[in-house]
Amino acid sequence: MKLIFERSAAGRRCAPLPVCDVPFYGISDEMKRRTVPRLPELAEVDLCRHYTELNKQVYGVNCGFYPLGSCTMKYNPAVNEEIAALKGFQAIHPLQPEHTMQGCMEVLATLEELLSELVGMDAMTFQPAAGAHGELTGLLLIKAYQLDNGGAARDKIIVPDSAHGTNPASCAMAGFQAVNIPSAADGSVDLDALRAAVGPDTAGLMLTNPNTLGMFDKNILEITRIVHEAGGLCYYDGANMNAIMGAARPGDMGFDVIHLNLHKTFSTPHGGGGPGAAAVGAKQILAKYMPGKSIVRKESGFAFKEAPSSIGSVRSFYGNFLVCVRALCYVLSLGGAGLREASQNAVLNANYLRVLLKEHCPTSNDGLCMHEFVLTLEELHKQTGVTASDVAKAMLDCGMHPPTMYFPLIVHEALMFEPTETETKDTLDEAARSIVKLLEMAASKPEALHNAPLATAVGRPDEVAAARTPVIRHGF
Amino acid sequence: MSSYVPSTMKQRLEMLEAVGVSSFEELYADVPESMRLKEGALDLPDGMSEMEVKASMEMMAAKNKVFPCIFRGAGAYNHYIPSIVKRVTAKEEFVTAYTPYQAEISQGILQSIFEYQTMICELTGMDAANASVYDGPSASAEAAAMCRDRKREKVVISGACHPEVIKVMRTYCYGAGAECVVIPAADGRTDVDALKAALDDKTACVCVQQPSFFGIVEDCAAIADLVHAAGAKFIMNVNPIAAAVLKTPAECGADIAVGEGQPLGIPMAFGGPYLGFMACTEKMQRKLPGRIVGETRDAEGRRCFVLTLQAREQHIRREKASSNICSNEALCALTAGVYMAVMGPEGMREVAEQCFAKAHYMAANIINIQGFHLAYPGVFFNEFVTACPVDTGELLSILEEKGILGGLAVAEGILWCATEMNSREQIDTLVSVLKEVAGK
Repeated sequence: MKLIFERSAAGRRCAPLPVCDVPFYGISDEMKRRTVPRLPELAEVDLCRHYTELNKQVYGVNCGFYPLGSCTMKYNPAVNEEIAALKGFQAIHPLQPEHTMQGCMEVLATLEELLSELVGMDAMTFQPAAGAHGELTGLLLIKAYQLDNGGAARDKIIVPDSAHGTNPASCAMAGFQAVNIPSAADGSVDLDALRAAVGPDTAGLMLTNPNTLGMFDKNILEITRIVHEAGGLCYYDGANMNAIMGAARPGDMGFDVIHLNLHKTFSTPHGGGGPGAAAVGAKQILAKYMPGKSIVRKESGFAFKEAPSSIGSVRSFYGNFLVCVRALCYVLSLGGAGLREASQNAVLNANYLRVLLKEHCPTSNDGLCMHEFVLTLEELHKQTGVTASDVAKAMLDCGMHPPTMYFPLIVHEALMFEPTETETKDTLDEAARSIVKLLEMAASKPEALHNAPLATAVGRPDEVAAARTPVIRHGF
Repeated sequence: MSSYVPSTMKQRLEMLEAVGVSSFEELYADVPESMRLKEGALDLPDGMSEMEVKASMEMMAAKNKVFPCIFRGAGAYNHYIPSIVKRVTAKEEFVTAYTPYQAEISQGILQSIFEYQTMICELTGMDAANASVYDGPSASAEAAAMCRDRKREKVVISGACHPEVIKVMRTYCYGAGAECVVIPAADGRTDVDALKAALDDKTACVCVQQPSFFGIVEDCAAIADLVHAAGAKFIMNVNPIAAAVLKTPAECGADIAVGEGQPLGIPMAFGGPYLGFMACTEKMQRKLPGRIVGETRDAEGRRCFVLTLQAREQHIRREKASSNICSNEALCALTAGVYMAVMGPEGMREVAEQCFAKAHYMAANIINIQGFHLAYPGVFFNEFVTACPVDTGELLSILEEKGILGGLAVAEGILWCATEMNSREQIDTLVSVLKEVAGK
């Protein structure tokens, strides 16, 4: 495909602006830029075609099956988009007088109430712009709490080795040292390792439950008790919340702070990697440290309030508001029973696909899973030389998005499937048939998988060359 | 009630049977009994039909006042968004795709990001750009993190930066345990004497906003010289529209250029989603946080694009990662890229020039009114502060009654903003209302 710069021709342009109706104002040469930016010069039709062509080479959720573990790529309802496009939401300046943006404030206040109930928390902020940003925010709340309560020496956060990669990175950004603890043989938190790890330097624990192996940790109450008794707080990474909406609440499990990836669980689009949004919920003990402005209901309407010991702000204004609008549409559409139904079916779909595949490839653990499960292709790799990545790339030729590869790190040759509730039984049956065929092909014709994909616009890119001699802008 | 579960109940029962359980509840056998919620245990409303949801959300949107005439900026700007920008960025595959880890089926997104990176480099004059961070303030905080090391950990921020920039940078410094010094503004710009006093051999970087929060065009080249003489890095937080005309961060000598990308085709939307853009010198490119797309080849020699330089990220370094950015603002970056492509070099210059012209026409007419004057001397871009003889709160409410969102009340008076969206007629109306109020 041509780059947009290669379609450009000097002097061609779109002209959306009227002629300026006030006198020109000139600035001194000293202040002016010396170069003209080499931005593309195109007519509207060229532009439209360029992006249409690019769009054809993108695989979205609406194109087909997208079973990405830990990322919850569910279908995004059309009504969400229509509501987020309303002028009454899009054309609102964030610093308008309070009484002229009561609608926006109502959106956030309502979403806060509903989501707090769903997860068992007392307060919520929508300022964090993504899941990892929520992690940072939650850890800063823990930090503020510990500093206020004589815990200045508490500088360690316990993170199981099955955690999302962002967890340790977030710890580093919040000034904590991440302490990795190994998982038990069955993938759950090793209680002895946890007991040995906690102490007077423990600020808290970060945990995903169900975890990244797709298992709900049966010992969760014991885990949070051990951490609390040691003086630590418990942070719930909500990446896997899609499994348990209406079935169980992190707040009831002993978690003090949680983030929800609105762009995963609450059906707002991922946009090729964002915008996301992370609602961070907290128990009362942490409410006074919340960032940014919170919204309170008063008789006269909604008003802004700043938390008395706020950690400050992690982003400007109130966060990715239009993502919150979509999430509210979704929650209102489904209601309590519908959210519960969605989670139940997410778990059902994962288990169903697991059962269809388990005869052909071992899973990381036996028995029921939650909304995702992990295949381990270690044995297949040993016998045939075919890697998890080979199988994933071959899935591209079958018209599917591959599952998450090589994660969690504790499983060798891992493929992590999360079909989500918005897939039909028929889709899962068909996907399983294709995957089984690929696994069989691995034994009979391994070289075919090494060469995959063949049906895509480009083959596997040379990633080593890309990193060794980076070309990250057009050279003209 | 709406439901987005497509399998029929008959199919669901078949699936339960295939899994070997007799009910949905049994799927949750691993959840301790005491924690398992019964149906309807939570205090949540019933679901609604699409029609009802729409009506209810439309009612909320209607409770907001959409101002037909806006003279407020302060970090969120009312610019014209060409129709084609929304048309192409709303394409479903762009909207519903995941982070492009699977390059073979994501070339469209990867290429659009590569093009965006190039455009940001062209706009700022810098060598390398990433593919978006959350917003301008958090981009500034990430930039400071790129500069800090064990020997130099102090972050200096000009008090003439946007208050949100200062706040977010402070919060990130608090997290990392880094010292953060805000030097007060003087005359609506960076106080150079105070800056000199704050610089020492512990200073990692200095962040200055161009134009300042109060609208003033700073002499960034002079500031950069000062900062570099002290061995620190210079971060410039720039308005991307102004950047089309003003001396580029590269020409000023900045090490990192960051900014809020919202003016590039993204609606004000009550504050988000916005976009942080970020570019730096080649020397620093391996420290850039977030996503970066690189050009490479496939086995057939075809040009293709891939996420690259990921060793900086949480994938590999985990505990030592310098940033945790994962989901970012890719769709907003696409939007900004499309906007810049629509405008082209001529259009970008034109928007900037119209902003200059309208703001100066407006200022000249406001300060003609008895009692009004500019709070600060110097050249400004699309914002300026006036001190005025009347109560600012009262003045702004009178404007509001007439459908005008006036400037933002600040300590020194009112921070006004004009863009290409404000016609001469709008400005004249504003001035006549101000005249009337001041004359009372």
